[in-house]
Amino acid sequence: MMKKRRLFLFISSIIFTSTTFCFAQKPDRSTPPKPGPASSLKLPSLQQFSLKNGLRVYLMEKHNVPLVQANLRLGFGSVDDPADRPGLASMTMDMLNEGAAGKRALELADAIDFLGANLSTNAGMHHSDINLNAPTAQLGKAFSLMADVVLHPDFPPDELKRIIKQRLNTLVQNHDQPGTIASVMFNKTIFGASHPYGRSTAGDEKSLRAMQVKNLLKFYKNHAVANNAVLVVVGDITRSQLLPLLEKYFGDWKKGSVKKTVVAAAAQIENRVIHLVDKPGSAQSVLRIGRVGVKRSTADYFAIKVMNTILGGSFASRLNTNLREEHGYTYGAGTYWDFRPTEGRFLAYSNVQTDVTDKALVEFMKEFTAIREPVPAMELQRGKNYDALGYPGDFETAANIAGAMHEMITFDLPADYFNAYIGNVLKITAEEVNHVAKKYIVPEKMAIVIVGDREKIEPGLKALNFGEIRNYSIEDVLGKIPDLSDLK
Amino acid sequence: MRKVLFMALLLSLAVYSDLPGGEKLSVPYTRFSLSNGLTVIVHEDHTVPRVSVNIWYHVGSGSEKAGRTGFAHLFEHILFEGSGHVPEGKFDQWLEAAGANNNGSTNNDRTNYYEDLPANALELALFLESDRMGYLLDAMSAEKVDGQRDVVKNEKRQRVDNQPYGHAWETLSKNLYPPEHPYSWSVIGSMNDLSAASYEDVVDFFNKYYCPANATLVISGDVKTAEARKLTEKWFSDVPFRSPAPPIDPVPAVLEKEKRLVLKDKVQLPRLYMAWLSPARFQPGDAELDLLTSILTEGKNSRLYKRLVYDLQIAQSVIAYNDAKKLSGEFYIIATARAGHNLAELEKVIQEELDKLKNEAPAKRELQRALNQYEADFYRRLERAGGFSGKANLLNSYFYYTGNPDYFNEDLARYKAVSPKDLSAMANTYFRDDARVILSIVPHGKTELAAGKGGTK
Repeated sequence: MMKKRRLFLFISSIIFTSTTFCFAQKPDRSTPPKPGPASSLKLPSLQQFSLKNGLRVYLMEKHNVPLVQANLRLGFGSVDDPADRPGLASMTMDMLNEGAAGKRALELADAIDFLGANLSTNAGMHHSDINLNAPTAQLGKAFSLMADVVLHPDFPPDELKRIIKQRLNTLVQNHDQPGTIASVMFNKTIFGASHPYGRSTAGDEKSLRAMQVKNLLKFYKNHAVANNAVLVVVGDITRSQLLPLLEKYFGDWKKGSVKKTVVAAAAQIENRVIHLVDKPGSAQSVLRIGRVGVKRSTADYFAIKVMNTILGGSFASRLNTNLREEHGYTYGAGTYWDFRPTEGRFLAYSNVQTDVTDKALVEFMKEFTAIREPVPAMELQRGKNYDALGYPGDFETAANIAGAMHEMITFDLPADYFNAYIGNVLKITAEEVNHVAKKYIVPEKMAIVIVGDREKIEPGLKALNFGEIRNYSIEDVLGKIPDLSDLK
Repeated sequence: MRKVLFMALLLSLAVYSDLPGGEKLSVPYTRFSLSNGLTVIVHEDHTVPRVSVNIWYHVGSGSEKAGRTGFAHLFEHILFEGSGHVPEGKFDQWLEAAGANNNGSTNNDRTNYYEDLPANALELALFLESDRMGYLLDAMSAEKVDGQRDVVKNEKRQRVDNQPYGHAWETLSKNLYPPEHPYSWSVIGSMNDLSAASYEDVVDFFNKYYCPANATLVISGDVKTAEARKLTEKWFSDVPFRSPAPPIDPVPAVLEKEKRLVLKDKVQLPRLYMAWLSPARFQPGDAELDLLTSILTEGKNSRLYKRLVYDLQIAQSVIAYNDAKKLSGEFYIIATARAGHNLAELEKVIQEELDKLKNEAPAKRELQRALNQYEADFYRRLERAGGFSGKANLLNSYFYYTGNPDYFNEDLARYKAVSPKDLSAMANTYFRDDARVILSIVPHGKTELAAGKGGTK
């Protein structure tokens, strides 16, 4: 192999000599080279079938690497937590791989690790995911373990005790993390502390301490049924190989009826209040600014995507250019939207050095105001291209593809969604961008959350006259630091 | 790093393996050089209509001179601010208009840059990279240096000063190495040194280190090799040859005693760092120490996780990390105590486990479990052409550290050759009780939670 390569290099250096001659003159650097025509996204076909018990399966074959990604999405999440039991979905999902089908947590972990597989379980807002990535050669064994976890979780009491202790310590650690404090405060502010999007998804000290096996068992039994789940498989496997494996391991999964939680939209932010959380000695102020956003099903989806790219969704976006490149206030600034079944968040974010906190807010507001004006054609084109032409890059790995497929299924997007995406972005007009900017980006109706050194930044904030300033301690936001002396 | 990346910073080394059926895994490539000394490596992968351009300059913070720590990374930032034919701001704007992502990063050994873009826009990336390699100084100004100095200082505030436990790393580096050793200072540098960086420093650094002969360009993705070669020659041939500075000739990395340090921070839970010097990357012992990170802290059954987090439940987390670099490596064990527990308790258990590992070879199956995970991770890396962890970057990395871009099989072979006894032997060689740094980070006013003073063993 080495020898062959050396020989090849020898030959190639001869070619090189001759080609260099062709380009002996300098290239024309007066204008950047123009890209060729855009290539469309060509994905392998999406195969869809169901098991006898109603479990829906989607398969995309991809044979370049001997791996399979299998993501099972269950139709429940933190929004299904009872009001008095925040954290239940999240604890339930965390406990799935802590013992199943009689196998103890360590045995289960050893079996999965030995296969070279990864198996993760995680609760989201509306959905919960059990994701497997395994070498194709080990897929049968890996599915067998995954099915144990999904169909026969044991929720051992001693493991629950351990996980609760772990999580209580995480609650303690949250008091150190300015980003976590800012996010918790922002969600509470935008949605309200008892709204499913506003409360803690991880649970609080009280709910965690009260969590019992029977709560988890009942919750899981009521929600985790075959007809409330979708399995997406992407990778090095064919349908005829996959189907018997799934029937063997998931065929016994029972159907059931599930009550769906409908999340009501939160009231919109109608004024501008600064919520200042004091973290003395902070080298930076963590900023989260925003309001209630949109549903995933909004007709404005593609216009918002493009507008967001221009405002704060890319490196060359206005906010990053302004706050980072022009002013040097920060390492980065941007904007983000949650697209959920019910209206989620629009949020702008940055970590800025303490002494420019007020100045940074002024620049945020300037950009919120400016985006409501018509966007120049060049900038619009750049924003659209960034989203549209970059789209095929989201389909490189099996895990990325599986994620995209679940989004399509979860939100009931049209069957040609992926293939139509690029065209849908590119056809957005300046008027549509202007329309969504005016509709959603309202600078005088924003919640502003700041986690930083109050003594240093409050005078500047007051001078801004941006609206009322409300002061909080970290414990106002996160609750008292749990006293865990009884859990030693 | 130039842009915020929401990813783990501790990238473990990818280890590649045989494909099922025993077929050798390789990433075929073509390599050639231009007359100005630039090495070019091309790999074809037609999975998606994307291409990745990945360039390594063989200079990192290790080449910085006294009083200019953090300069290699500051320089990386400046490289995005335009060049002779690229006005300020256009580098990113033009790439985004083509549907591209790009970024750069700096470590002790090297600085890398990538553009991941639609295959039809390859030429744009080559134009931009060649322009900053050839014509950076035509567009350089003191203002640009000032602008990125502020950004980098904010990067330091975000990553270090405003992070719980954020000052651990610079403390560890400083204490692991002699002060003259280039790994003794942090990549991000000190605020004072960043303030001191000047326009003249930029000129000097560019001329010394950003020469074609000190760089390697990888093009990986949906492109024909002949086309990639043609375009590379078109855009890079007018970059003049410049003679790069000779490689650094550092003092040896030697640590001859145990150092015990305590830092106070605004944190709730105390954290223990145990650090040793380990072999340079790809040197004997390096593979063993990589595998030992798995044996110690990868998965619920790993030794330290199982004892500290699972069984005793006195730690909130524990990770081991082998950071092997060009000149030397560092092996870290980092454990955070749970509320009500102290670092002396953690250290005692860790020491017991290390001693056990030194005295008794692990079971074969335990090693095999670690190997199986490594092997699967190898495949996972092969899925991606670009970014900081895709094939393009791996080709550059293998070339830099071993001279062979397609070192995948050889790399795997290192791990497969390791026996349980080798693990014990290397644990004995490197986890020395008399040559290590033990750092406790404790909440203000709670120094009693720190690890002990040592010498009690």
